[in-house]
Amino acid sequence: MTTPDGLLRELRAILSPVSLITDEELLRPYECDGLSAYRRLPLAVALPEDEAQVVAVLKACHRAGVPVVPRGAGTGLSAGSMPHPQGVLLSLTKLNRILAFDPVARLAVVQTGVRNLAITELAAPHGLYYAPDPSSQIACTIGGNVAENSGGVHCLKYGLTLHNVLRLRVVTIEGEILELGSHALDAPGYDLLALLIGSEGLLGIVTEVTVRLTPRPQAARVIMASFDDVRKAGEAVAAVIAAGSIPAGLEMMDQGAVAAVEPFVHAGYDLEAKAILLCESDGTAQEVAEEIARMLAVLEQSGANGVRVSRDEAERLRFWAGRKAAFPSAGRISPDYYCMDGTIPRKGLGEMLTAIAGMEQKYGLRCINVFHAGDGNLHPLILYDANVAGQLERTEAFGAEILSLSVALGGTITGEHGVGFEKLNAMCEQFTTDEIRAFHAVKRAFDPPGLLNPVKAIPSLHRCAEMGRMHVHQGALKFPELERL
Amino acid sequence: MSLETFRERILKGGSLRIRGGGSKDFYGGPLAGEVLEVAGHRGIVSYEPTELVITARAGTPLSELSHVLAERGQWLAFEPPAFGGPATLGGAVASGLSGPGRASHGALRDFVLGVKVMDGEGRELTFGGQVMKNVAGFDVSRLMAGSIGTLGLILEVSLKVLPLPVAQATVRFELPEGPALETLNRWAAQPLPVTATAWEEGLLTVRLAGAEAAVRSACDTLGGERVPEAEATAHWLGLRDQTRAFFAGDAPLWRLAVPSITPPLDLPGATLIEWGGAQRWLRGEQIAAGIRDAARRAGGHATVFRGGDRAAGVFTPLPGPLDVIQRRLKAVFDPRAVFNPGRLLPDL
Repeated sequence: MTTPDGLLRELRAILSPVSLITDEELLRPYECDGLSAYRRLPLAVALPEDEAQVVAVLKACHRAGVPVVPRGAGTGLSAGSMPHPQGVLLSLTKLNRILAFDPVARLAVVQTGVRNLAITELAAPHGLYYAPDPSSQIACTIGGNVAENSGGVHCLKYGLTLHNVLRLRVVTIEGEILELGSHALDAPGYDLLALLIGSEGLLGIVTEVTVRLTPRPQAARVIMASFDDVRKAGEAVAAVIAAGSIPAGLEMMDQGAVAAVEPFVHAGYDLEAKAILLCESDGTAQEVAEEIARMLAVLEQSGANGVRVSRDEAERLRFWAGRKAAFPSAGRISPDYYCMDGTIPRKGLGEMLTAIAGMEQKYGLRCINVFHAGDGNLHPLILYDANVAGQLERTEAFGAEILSLSVALGGTITGEHGVGFEKLNAMCEQFTTDEIRAFHAVKRAFDPPGLLNPVKAIPSLHRCAEMGRMHVHQGALKFPELERL
Repeated sequence: MSLETFRERILKGGSLRIRGGGSKDFYGGPLAGEVLEVAGHRGIVSYEPTELVITARAGTPLSELSHVLAERGQWLAFEPPAFGGPATLGGAVASGLSGPGRASHGALRDFVLGVKVMDGEGRELTFGGQVMKNVAGFDVSRLMAGSIGTLGLILEVSLKVLPLPVAQATVRFELPEGPALETLNRWAAQPLPVTATAWEEGLLTVRLAGAEAAVRSACDTLGGERVPEAEATAHWLGLRDQTRAFFAGDAPLWRLAVPSITPPLDLPGATLIEWGGAQRWLRGEQIAAGIRDAARRAGGHATVFRGGDRAAGVFTPLPGPLDVIQRRLKAVFDPRAVFNPGRLLPDL
C-alpha cells in the first residue's frame, strides 16, 4: 500500500506536468458534474493522453488502493463523476482522437473522449451519422455515453448507445486490456459488451469505442399537435403506436414547459395548450408524406385541437429547438432546477402527471414536465432556489416521491441519466437484497478491490437497510433479514 | 412446473440440463446433466400492444407469441429461429440467436428489456423491466441472452415488439460472391429499407420492407427480378429455420461472424451469406483451426453450429483476461456449477 504522497509521485512520473492537477484552485472545476447539488474535491485530477497512460495510472491506483472516478465531459446528471475525496479523478477528455473511419463498413473507431456530435460531423459528408443524440451531444463524450447508455430524442426508432456500439476497448483496475464485442455483429462468450454499456464506470475504463453509423434519411418532417388535456395527449401517443407507426421522434411537453421555452426560443408553440406533442417521421420524401398523413389522421382522431406540420427544414429545426432548450429554459425561469428521469409504461402517464400536480401543492414547489413520450421516459423539472432554506430538501423529497411512483407504476428510477450518486436510495426501492448482492458480485468480477467509482450506481445493503423508509415491496418488507436501527 | 419444484431440483445437487422445446439441442457443447423441463412453465404474463412490450414465461412457444402478436399487427423483429421444432421463448433468449432481419432490425439481445431468472442457489432475481429505457443496475438481462443457460434458469422475459411492416417485397439478382458483397455494403450505406439479404450459388436475394412508398421506390431503384410472395415467404423462413437444402445432410455446419466488408473467404466448401455479408455459413469437413484463423484474421469468430466434434468446444475461445472474467461471472450466478455444464465451454 502506497501513501497518497507516494501515489502522487508515481502519477507525476507517468503524466506530463500539465496532466496532473493537485492545486485546490484548479481542482475546483472538477468538483461536480452536471448535477451541481453534489460537490467534492478529489485528491488529484489525472488527464492521461493515451491508453498506455490510462493503464499506468490504473495500475498505480490499484497498487495504492486508491479509488478512481472516471469523467468525460462532465455533463452527467446523476453525480456519476462526482469525485471521491481520497480518490483520483480520471478525466478522459485528452483521449480525443478519431482512430479510423470507414464509410463503406459504416463504422468509426474513436477514442473515449471524442464528442458525440464530432462523430456525426465526421460522417456527414458520406451521408452517415451517429444516431444517439442526447441533448448534451455538443459537449458529451462517447465514453460518457457508453457509461450511461445514453439515448436521445430519436431512440425509439434508432436505439440507445447499446444498439449503436459494436466494440469497446476497456482497461480494468488491474491494468488489463479487454476487447468486448467486435466489428462483426457479435462475439463469442457472454455478452460483456452489453454489460459494460450503462455500467457507469464501475467495471472498467473505456478507452476506445467502435460505433455503427446510420445512413442519414433523405427527408424528415415533424408534426406539432396541441391538446387541451394532458391525458388526451398521452392517449394520442398510444394511438399513433397502435396504428403501426414508430415515429423517428415522439416528445411531449406540458403547459408549464411550453411557457418556459416559448419566450426563450420562439418555436411557435401553442401557449394555450395543456400539452403539445412533437411527432417526427423520416425516410424518403414519399415515405415521410405517407407516414405524416397516417399520423395526422390518428392525432386528429385522438382529439388534437391544433396541428402544424413543418414546411421546411428550418421550421422542423425550430420546432425541435424548443424541446431541446427545455432544460436551459428551466434554468432561466428559476434559480435552480432538479431534473428527474423515471421511465414508466406510457399508460401510467395520466396518473403520474396528476400525482405530480398534487406533489407541487404538497411541497410548495413548481414542476414542469418534458417527456420522451415514445419510450415512456419522463423528465419532470422541479424548480427551486437553493438559497432559500429548506427548498433543496423539499426538492429532493419531491424527486424521491416521483421515483417511488415510477417504480410503483411498473417503471424504473432512471431511463437514461444513470443512478450515479444521486439515486442510490431509490435503487433500494427497485431491487431486492439478492439482486443488489448480485450487482456487487458482478462488480467484483471486474474490479475485485472495488476501486472503480465506488459508492455509485449500486447501493450498499447497509444503506438500503438504513434508509429507514421500510419500503413494503410487493406485499413483503424488503431486507427482512437485516436489523433496523 | 412450479417455481418451488424448480428450486428443489436446483438445490438437490447434481448438474441440470435446461430444456425448453429441444429445438436447439444440437447447438453448443455436448448435452450433459439431468433434464430440467421448462416447457410447462408457459403463458403470456402481459401484453399491451401500445406499450410495444410483451412479457411471457420461458416455456411459452415462440409460435404462440408470434400468433398473439400478429393478431395485433406486431412481431418479434429479430426473427428468432425455431429450427422447425417447438422452440420456446426461454430457449430463444438462452441461445441468443437471431434470424434474417438481424442486420437491419437488431439482434435478440437488442430487444430484451428484462428477465426473471432463478440462480444456481434457487433465488429468484429480476433484472431490467418492462420499459424501453432503463439504466438502473447492471444490464444483467442482456447478459443472459446467448449465455446458453449457463448463468441461470430463465423464468420470464420481457421483449420489445414492433409493428409488422406495412409493405414487403423480395427481389433477386444474379451476382457472383465478390460483387454481391460489394453491392450489399454499398446499399447498406444508403437509406434503403433493406431488411434481409441472402447470397447463395450466384443468387442474391433481398427483402425490402416498410412504408408502401419506401418499398415501391426501393424496388424501382434496385431493380432485379421480383420474387412471388409465397416463394419469398418460404425463402426467408427456410433461412431462419435452416430448412433450405443448403443446411440438409450431416456435414458440419460452420457459422462465421465477420465484418460485412470482408471479401469472399478463401475456404473450401459451400457458402451461404446473410446479414449483408456479416454472417457466413460454411458446409464441409475442414480443419477447425483453419476456419477459426480465417474468421479471426477478418476480425470475427467462427462457431461449429451443427455437427462436427462438439466435445472440443464449438465456440471460439476467449483471450485470457476475458476468460477469467467470464468464469467469475459464471461463479456469481451459478457458484455450484449446476446449469448446463459444458454447453458454452468444455470446462465451464
